Amino acid sequence: MSKFKKKKKGLPPINTASLPDIVFMLLFFFMVATTMRETSPLVGQDLPTAVEIKKLSEKRLVSTIYVGPAADKKTYGDGDKIQLNDKIATVKEVRAFIYAEREKVPQDEQSAMTTLIKSDMKSTVGTINDIEAELREINALKVTYATRQGTEK
Amino acid sequence: MARRETPEINAGSMADIAFLLLIFFLVTTTMDVDAGISRRLPEKQPIDAPPPPIVKERNVFEIIINRSNDILVENEYRKVNEIKDLAIAFIDNGGSIGNPIEYPGKQKEVEGKDCSWCEGAKNPESSDHPNKAVISIKTDRSTEMGTFIAVQDELGKAYTFLRNRLAMKEFGKTYTQMLKEEDNAVNVSDKLKGDIKKIKVMYPEIISKSENK
Repeated sequence: MSKFKKKKKGLPPINTASLPDIVFMLLFFFMVATTMRETSPLVGQDLPTAVEIKKLSEKRLVSTIYVGPAADKKTYGDGDKIQLNDKIATVKEVRAFIYAEREKVPQDEQSAMTTLIKSDMKSTVGTINDIEAELREINALKVTYATRQGTEK
Repeated sequence: MARRETPEINAGSMADIAFLLLIFFLVTTTMDVDAGISRRLPEKQPIDAPPPPIVKERNVFEIIINRSNDILVENEYRKVNEIKDLAIAFIDNGGSIGNPIEYPGKQKEVEGKDCSWCEGAKNPESSDHPNKAVISIKTDRSTEMGTFIAVQDELGKAYTFLRNRLAMKEFGKTYTQMLKEEDNAVNVSDKLKGDIKKIKVMYPEIISKSENK
């Protein structure tokens, strides 16, 4: 029965030569469309929602202050905590933080700088007022309260 | 001499390298754009500053939020979603003459005039003019940020509603559209800037914030 030769089974291998190209394309897309994550929040961040919001597109000109309950309650205890850069700080340190942020920006753009207060929904207004009092002292008057985008009801 | 052929480089692992880089970027970067409610803090007053001018009570829209997040608007309990309409009625009342106004293309008025663009009830016991209408938010130290932001948002909605209505009448497009145009334009024209300024002057956002001691 050698007439019926056994046919070779199995599919031909798929050519994967263009796979790197596809992956590189994705890679470049992400490199262009995203920004580096600078800090990871150490405090709870359940942001409130709002409708009338403005986007802050110039990340260079934004200094972020995180406020919320500490994720690590054993070390830091209860209550609202303020996070500057990568550590929990006190209200007194806000000034030095803003000065340091100003140093990173050219002189002529410093007036356009904004302080973004990312505060948890459950944080108290008192804590925020303390921060704002500090900001007023050093004339950093532009403030944005971070929110998530809500929908009009 | 025989030409030696360069052996082909195996590119099979190229994809792996690219994937590795891709995953690295996926992990270390963020895509979300920060957004929020922007406010300008009042400037620090020098010690010898003159006392602030006394604002007539009818020109103040008082919102008090207590420590258990109840909202008191003009001495009545209200829900958050009622604030917008109350604020609109207050700002847009136009009961009397306002402060002199000035915007690009218009000289500063010598005397304040009536609010000709207001559509409010003209109640003599409510605000005189949008540029005299002050919204005062008083909070307790332990008021939650969530409630405070919600109230601020409602006020923002009230101003946007009024500004949109005015811009629609004046320029045939909403204020929101104008802001979007400004954002998207590479070179913002002076006319658009002036128009936005005009709307802002006609319905200025005057919100004061204080802490109940």
